[in-house]
Amino acid sequence: MQLNKHANGLLSIYFTAGYPSLDSTLQIAKMLEEAGADFLEIGFPYSDPVADGPVIQHSSEVALQNGMNIPLLFEQLKNLREQVSIPVFLMGYFNPVLQYGIENFCKSCKEVGVNGVIIPDLPMYEYEELYRDIFEENGISNIFLVTPQTSEERIRYIDNLSTGFIYVLSSNATTGKTLEVKESSAAYYQKLKDMDLKNPLVIGFGISSAQTFQKATEYAQGAIVGSAFVKLLGEPDYMDKIPSFIQGIKGL
Amino acid sequence: MSKYQVNEKGYYGPFGGAYIPEMLYPNVEELRQQYLAIMQDKSFQEEFQQLLRDYVGRPSPLYHAQRLSERYNANIFLKREDLNHTGAHKINNTIGQILLAERLGKKRIIAETGAGQHGVATATVCALKGLECVVYMGEMDIQRQAPNVARMKMMGAQVVAAQSGSKTLKDATNEALRDWINNPVDTHYIIGSVVGPHPYPDLVARFQSIISEETKKQLLEKTGNDQPDYVMACVGGGSNAAGMFYHFLDDETVKLIAVEAAGHGVNSGESAATTALGREGVLHGSRSILMQTEDGQVVEPYSISAGLDYPGIGPQHAWLFKSGRGQYVSITDDEAMQAGLRLTQLEGIIPAIESSHALAYLEKMTFSGKENVVICLSGRGDKDLDNYMKYFNL
Repeated sequence: MQLNKHANGLLSIYFTAGYPSLDSTLQIAKMLEEAGADFLEIGFPYSDPVADGPVIQHSSEVALQNGMNIPLLFEQLKNLREQVSIPVFLMGYFNPVLQYGIENFCKSCKEVGVNGVIIPDLPMYEYEELYRDIFEENGISNIFLVTPQTSEERIRYIDNLSTGFIYVLSSNATTGKTLEVKESSAAYYQKLKDMDLKNPLVIGFGISSAQTFQKATEYAQGAIVGSAFVKLLGEPDYMDKIPSFIQGIKGL
Repeated sequence: MSKYQVNEKGYYGPFGGAYIPEMLYPNVEELRQQYLAIMQDKSFQEEFQQLLRDYVGRPSPLYHAQRLSERYNANIFLKREDLNHTGAHKINNTIGQILLAERLGKKRIIAETGAGQHGVATATVCALKGLECVVYMGEMDIQRQAPNVARMKMMGAQVVAAQSGSKTLKDATNEALRDWINNPVDTHYIIGSVVGPHPYPDLVARFQSIISEETKKQLLEKTGNDQPDYVMACVGGGSNAAGMFYHFLDDETVKLIAVEAAGHGVNSGESAATTALGREGVLHGSRSILMQTEDGQVVEPYSISAGLDYPGIGPQHAWLFKSGRGQYVSITDDEAMQAGLRLTQLEGIIPAIESSHALAYLEKMTFSGKENVVICLSGRGDKDLDNYMKYFNL
């Protein structure tokens, strides 16, 4: 599924399934939609999340202790589309998907109405050679990442392989760092914008405030908030705080 | 091209590859494109060989262990990697990688370490070359391995505690990968074993292949035949075994025996016997065999030997295991400790507990008196004295 290339100011929220409690996943998703999030990324936890900083690592650890796993997540998402209408992507590491079975995973995504997946450690070569057909047969978008170090040639290649959006990393970093819009990163966003890619751009990593969100969406169709939101989920009465958190980021 | 070596896509049979997030791609790709050319360059080879000779002390002896041979009724040779500078085979790889890092123009070195042997070997070459060095080590291991932490600090390395997960080697590796993600331009990651994304398993095996290269020459001199009947080594991630097997892989008359750590017993729930307990999966950037739960979460291994306490094995080992080229067996803590004491009393050599695992497997073999057997004595036991003292109430 393709996000609207002409949309702007889209806000996506990442959170880890099974955190803070095992059955909080769907309630949080529903609340996020009501609060004004435009699409969602639901993380499935892994024991060794190398691309993540401390906040998301911690949420994964707690989710695993709570008993979260992929079969249970799909069970929880069985009635997703009765309750949530905005696009939903699943995000996580490759090994749990491999153990569940790639084809099973794509089929389960399709069954519950998940629109796409983000698996940062699934390489393009393996995706193209082995798995692309399975993803496409099930209508599941596979989202690739680009970083400030990704060459223009490779960005074009990723754009051709992508359906959905391109996940633009604000910097070469693990999750949870604070975005600084330096001249070099502004130049990087501008370069991406000027490349006029077929896929919409969504900037993630380091978006945590109205200011960083607004900066990011000057260049991209949308931006993703992860660690800052996961941090909120660690607070008491987090459910009541979701609407003001979303309004705060959107600057409403 | 050997069917047991890496192919042009970075795979050993179905194992290997580079399962890394995009943030690591430029670094790993730079290494992939350049490592072979750099390693084959004449100036690199000259400096590498000179340092192995004058700094590490190579060639390491191939010692015919007389009393051990009598006990097992075979001609047993020990490849004495324990006599290398810093006490183990690890330095072969760190010397190679520091020269590679220099030629890639890197200014900062990071590494992971379990017991601290690879950390010490990395800190050593960084001191030698005057490069900044950061070593990630599990918080648990920092407490257990104080002398190695002190060695690294004396050599100017910064030792950073990995506080995530189980706070051991696997988590130190995660932290090193995270550091590399956050420092994408001037940093080289010296991985200590034949694990990680392609080209690491191949480049580490190439640097360690000096072990079998020397062994063949030394065997020819001593026995008139460079083909032993058995070649044996312990396997955690598998770097000493990869180097010990390297030049024997295509000679199928040479039997390869890889000894994993069974901890308290393969089925005790406290073990690191990866091929016995693991399934195919992806960890730390490569597809291999790893110990994991049904839904793909990595299981924490256990062994008395910190160097074998890793939940996976290198992809080449996974392929040697699956293809049947190598025989993968395991040895418990108790069996290894007894074998360590036995070598000490029969030959006057205190082995690292890792290497003791390989020695212990001799007890389970039978010989006719004619066989030539080479065992990689990957490290010396100084670092394990505490363990030996506790175990034997010394």
